Amino acid sequence: MESRIRIFLLASAAALGLATLPAAAAQAAATDNASAPADAAPLPAPSQVGDSESESQPPVIEPEVERRNVKPPKIKRSDFEIGGFAGVINVEDFSANPSYGVRFAYHISEDFFTEATVGQTTVGRNAAEIFFNFDLTRAERQFTYYDLSFGYNILPGEVFVGRNRAFNSALYVTAGVGGTRFAGDDQFTIALGVGYRMLVNDWLALHIDVRDHTYRSTLLGLAKVAHNVDANIGLTVFF
Amino acid sequence: MRPILLLLLIAPILYAGTVQGAEHRLEVQVVDPFIELHTGPGRGYPVTQVVERGASVEIIRRRTEWFEVKAESGVKGWVHRSEMARTLEGSGELLPVPDPSLTDFTNHDWEFGLEVGDFGGANAISAMGGYSLNENLAAEIHLSHILGDQTNQYIADIGLVHNIIMPDVRIMRRFTPFLGIGTGVLRLEPKARFAQQLESRTDQLAYVSAGLKFYLTRQFFMRAEYRWHVIFTNRDDNQEVEEWKAGFAFFF
Repeated sequence: MESRIRIFLLASAAALGLATLPAAAAQAAATDNASAPADAAPLPAPSQVGDSESESQPPVIEPEVERRNVKPPKIKRSDFEIGGFAGVINVEDFSANPSYGVRFAYHISEDFFTEATVGQTTVGRNAAEIFFNFDLTRAERQFTYYDLSFGYNILPGEVFVGRNRAFNSALYVTAGVGGTRFAGDDQFTIALGVGYRMLVNDWLALHIDVRDHTYRSTLLGLAKVAHNVDANIGLTVFF
Repeated sequence: MRPILLLLLIAPILYAGTVQGAEHRLEVQVVDPFIELHTGPGRGYPVTQVVERGASVEIIRRRTEWFEVKAESGVKGWVHRSEMARTLEGSGELLPVPDPSLTDFTNHDWEFGLEVGDFGGANAISAMGGYSLNENLAAEIHLSHILGDQTNQYIADIGLVHNIIMPDVRIMRRFTPFLGIGTGVLRLEPKARFAQQLESRTDQLAYVSAGLKFYLTRQFFMRAEYRWHVIFTNRDDNQEVEEWKAGFAFFF
């Protein structure tokens, strides 16, 4: 059964390859042919109008509408967001440590955005290490994670700082997948978070973000789900 | 790593210097009785100003569906696409602002997506980008990270996809099945605990695929895909791996 599927897929892919080549060639030929009559089309170019008028009967209606090139005007877009963050991550079974990282986002619509984050921390010694007298190496103490997430803006609004200042803000939730490298192991990670974005001006934003990076861990001998909560403050620019 | 991070942290400050230069901006005229200026790019932000018919506004920038404009009085605000679509350009024609819809689902240039799935029993994460070469044919790049029990694998592949578009079949307007073929490289790294038994290697691979796209709304759709890979190892036998993955994507 399995091999049948493969044969079908291979055959269809091969057929597709063969089918598209002649089709593309035919299309190219067709456009070549089409371009010749198009040049001799009955619609005269503006410079030829005078000639045709003197030779034959003048057209009943002289088109005076200028052909306008419709192309969307160039408007500066600023849907991307890039920046950094710093905070504290609590690595399960280890201590809470300073973390820092970078964030890159693309705003698809006013509600949804996609986001990529990379962050890291270095953990200290944990109780098990002391108790069982073993040591992680320096490289193994590096806790590095990345997530690719979708975010949804909820509760947009304004915050008021003092009497005269109002800033736009939004609370957002994110859900994503990624990887975590820790203690010589890469783990498939699910990252769920909630964040708060405050726009300082049109292009600068302040973030407060809390995200739980969850993965299956067997580090201390028993399999369990490890939760690593990262809380950070970040600064991003829209461009 | 650290200098890069530092640079990114101070990037906002560096950027501040570059955005000051005002460039030539497009000016449009209001033809509706009025347009509403929100304080931010979203329907949840309050309307604090309106610009009346006949007045003109400068377009500063666009973010998603919202245009930041500056009125003659100097007041700035964000106007929704639907209201901007009813303003006039200098030439006296309506400002063209495309609105993505189902018709663009089968007719767009770029698409990007994020997929998760199973690659021979291991968890796989893929980011994909595609560019339409013509109505049916598209080139796609996938970058995948495969996290297994014993190994860590990275795949970068490039391929051609044939989208089977059936506009005449009403029920199929939201669905686009596709077939693909491609090649790439696979980097395999054993996890620390298995470093003795396995060794790192880089192999070429080829795949055939079949999948389905399903249009959701606006520029969003879902993708599901089956891939059959052949990995050209330097051992006696080539390795065959099946992959299933699904995820969200968007086009523009």
